[in-house]
Amino acid sequence: MNFYPEFEVVRSDSRCIRCRVCERQCANEVHWYDADGKVMLSDESKCVNCQRCVTLCPTRALKIVKSDCRLRENANYSDQTIKEIYRQAETGGVLLSSMGNPNPLPVYWDRILINASQVTNPPIDPLREPMETRVSLGKKPDHITRNPDGSIDTKLPPQLTLSMPVMFSAMSYGSISYNAHASLARAASALGIYYNTGEGGLHEDFYQYGKNTIVQVASGRFGVHKDYLEAGAAIEIKMGQGAKPGIGGHLPGTKAVGDVSKTRMIPEGSDAISPAPHHDIYSIEDLRQLVYSLKEATEYRLPVIVKVAAVHNIAAIASGIARSGADIIAIDGFRGGTGAAPTRIRDNVGIPIELALAAVDKRLRDEGIRNNVSIICGGSVRSAADVVKAIALGADACYIATAACLAMGCHLCRSCHTGKCNWGIATQRPDLVKRLNPDIGSQRLINLMDAWRHEIKELMGGMGINSIEALRGNRLMLRGVGLTEKELQILGISHAGE
Amino acid sequence: MIPLEGQVRIPSGCAVSAMISRDGRRMNGERIIESMVPMHDRSNGLGGGFAAYGIYPEYRDFYALHIFFSSRSAQSACMTLLKEYFEIVQDEHIKVRKMPQITDEPIIRRVFVSPMQSVLRHLQIDEKELVVRVVNRINAQSDGSYVFSCGKNMGAFKAVGFPEDVGRYYRLEEYDAYCWTAHGRYPTNTPGWWGGAHPFCMLDYSIVHNGEISSYDANRRFIEMYGYKCTLQTDTEVITYIADYLLRRQGLTLDEMAAVIAAPFWSTIEGKSGADREKYTYLRTVFPSLLVTGPFSIILGFDGGLMALNDRLKLRSMVVGEQDDMVYIASEEAAIRVMAPEIKNIWSPAGGEPVIVRVKEGAF
Ligand code: SF4
Ligand code: SF4
Repeated sequence: MNFYPEFEVVRSDSRCIRCRVCERQCANEVHWYDADGKVMLSDESKCVNCQRCVTLCPTRALKIVKSDCRLRENANYSDQTIKEIYRQAETGGVLLSSMGNPNPLPVYWDRILINASQVTNPPIDPLREPMETRVSLGKKPDHITRNPDGSIDTKLPPQLTLSMPVMFSAMSYGSISYNAHASLARAASALGIYYNTGEGGLHEDFYQYGKNTIVQVASGRFGVHKDYLEAGAAIEIKMGQGAKPGIGGHLPGTKAVGDVSKTRMIPEGSDAISPAPHHDIYSIEDLRQLVYSLKEATEYRLPVIVKVAAVHNIAAIASGIARSGADIIAIDGFRGGTGAAPTRIRDNVGIPIELALAAVDKRLRDEGIRNNVSIICGGSVRSAADVVKAIALGADACYIATAACLAMGCHLCRSCHTGKCNWGIATQRPDLVKRLNPDIGSQRLINLMDAWRHEIKELMGGMGINSIEALRGNRLMLRGVGLTEKELQILGISHAGE
Repeated sequence: MIPLEGQVRIPSGCAVSAMISRDGRRMNGERIIESMVPMHDRSNGLGGGFAAYGIYPEYRDFYALHIFFSSRSAQSACMTLLKEYFEIVQDEHIKVRKMPQITDEPIIRRVFVSPMQSVLRHLQIDEKELVVRVVNRINAQSDGSYVFSCGKNMGAFKAVGFPEDVGRYYRLEEYDAYCWTAHGRYPTNTPGWWGGAHPFCMLDYSIVHNGEISSYDANRRFIEMYGYKCTLQTDTEVITYIADYLLRRQGLTLDEMAAVIAAPFWSTIEGKSGADREKYTYLRTVFPSLLVTGPFSIILGFDGGLMALNDRLKLRSMVVGEQDDMVYIASEEAAIRVMAPEIKNIWSPAGGEPVIVRVKEGAF
């Protein structure tokens, strides 16, 4: 069935100089030049509104607008719902999507407000006073032990030390490009934070950034071998992902080419489908065994992170993980991004990270085991304010991926699964990959983190807090607006005005 | 309705003062009361109090419980509970001087107790832990009994009122202590409650504190994992529990505790050498949630000494003076000059730098 396209390409003919940049830049082949009529034409049905052509058009002759030709309005059967039914009736297939859930579900970050000092307690000026953002992730000992001479035995379980409480979350080489990985790795090293390989293994060129790398072990075990495990500063077991709880990853064969297939240790062109569960983990005891196998393999030098999607029973799950020997729990909320996920799962499975985080932090404290593990919060952390709110709710650090992609140029067109990312990020096509210059990509990531660090410091200073540790779990610094009793109770915060 | 203490969090500004004899000489409470007079404006009449060390030498082996009761029935219920765990050695009134400035007084008793060995064996805990548990239980029940002091050979005296009036009310000139601390309170959102005045005590630790800490909820939520219950929602209460946790339960020294709650900046730690750097890095890494931020000056009294500490940015005033065997500490120099008019040696300790004073071994 044919529909009028979702977007319209609006070109001002008087401005267009026929330079054909748009034609060269659009991997979706929307634009072409008609030599006879000496005009640029377009097939709008292929446009994903990635804004590449708009950005690069030298005369600003182009804009992409939402088309107003829609099916008859219906609040129950939206235009999109109906078209999805048509598409499925045609193909019999599962709908695929990418990036995070775009639907208008509540964003609790936006309903939480931050405190500031007035009169009884002075705000602190980050430009004039030291303001600390360094954190250590990992298990903390329950008891101090002393050497025979009375001094403290300062041996600690392995820790990850971050200059600020933000890290780049898992995105596999394969789902994103070599240049995107290079940008993340370089930025993480320069910033004193960490990036995460995702489940695609580690390209040999990036072993040099191992000190700032978290290597992931997912259910497909792609690219996992001894050197890989030993290359990083921590190992992450991926049990689930916020965008698609309950299912494994899927790298389309078109992306499994060249070095990607080599790094993943799979044949070229084959779909890399990781199973929904780890087939050696059907219960919490099994998780414990994998945690300890990985620790054994790396002589207990590295902390082990267990990453789970935020699902209904997350507090109990986290409590189990905290007792499994894991050093760090990463919780990924339902708005987290993905390179490809079944639409129904992305849009309907999982729970908001704010509620999951609050519930987990509380449960671990109630059980007196909060010190056994650190908590990383991910799944749509969009700004320094979200970071501050997450820390105050109880996170030790945040994972960001979508925001990092945006810094590298992503325009959130949500077409990563097609492999034709015009911004050189979610693609393996060499001509597209080279559009992302790692020098620029890494610098932009560094800039973004520098900016966030300044903002975090200003927000902390306003609260009269000069170290991020004193913010962690400090829920008194938060107030809700427009939230129900129940929501406030789960978040463990008071309403504004209380 | 104005919420009661414990139902809301109560920030407050304050005045603190202390005097201690390193020789263990015992002095009556007159001078410490006088020291609070020039700082009158730092309090607002909603709480004053004192802690005194070495005041019960003849009962030194027993825990001295100072208790407020709201009624006779609360008193008898509480005494029944105490008798399940302790031998009652002495149960008496704390003598007071009636005065118009101090009103609404509860029943104020002093009970010397000794833990029953059979109970300790049964619960498999030491006697300090038993005292902590029973006192926490009584105070958390909030049914008209409140134990505001429970150490050996020491005691707290506190009330709603200005500190100098509270001192006279409790007739502190009749007690002899080698160490006195004092507090005047300026709470900002409470009607004032006797139990909410400072010092706040746990075993022989007493804390007087001036400031409003911005790390409160981070500290509270951490310490509550270890069986403490912050019922009053005041800074002093949480700092006292932190001190008890770090000193008694974790066995840290006072210096090490200071390096946790007023931790040196990472940049300072990096500049230190070898063992020191390792120690400070370790303490900050292990106890990040016990870092206290925001303005504070605290005086922690304990058996045989005291420690004064400022927040690491020194956002609250605190001065120290020294003369012969005496050390004086106060929010303002004027208070020290009242206690020791001829004093020469007065200085302001740096933020985060603990001033620890110990009485000579065996002198108390
Ligand atoms: S897909 Fe992107 S580059 Fe192509 S026409 Fe649409 S907005 Fe322009
Ligand atoms: S990464 Fe590329 S394909 Fe994916 S949303 Fe961003 S711009 Fe679009």
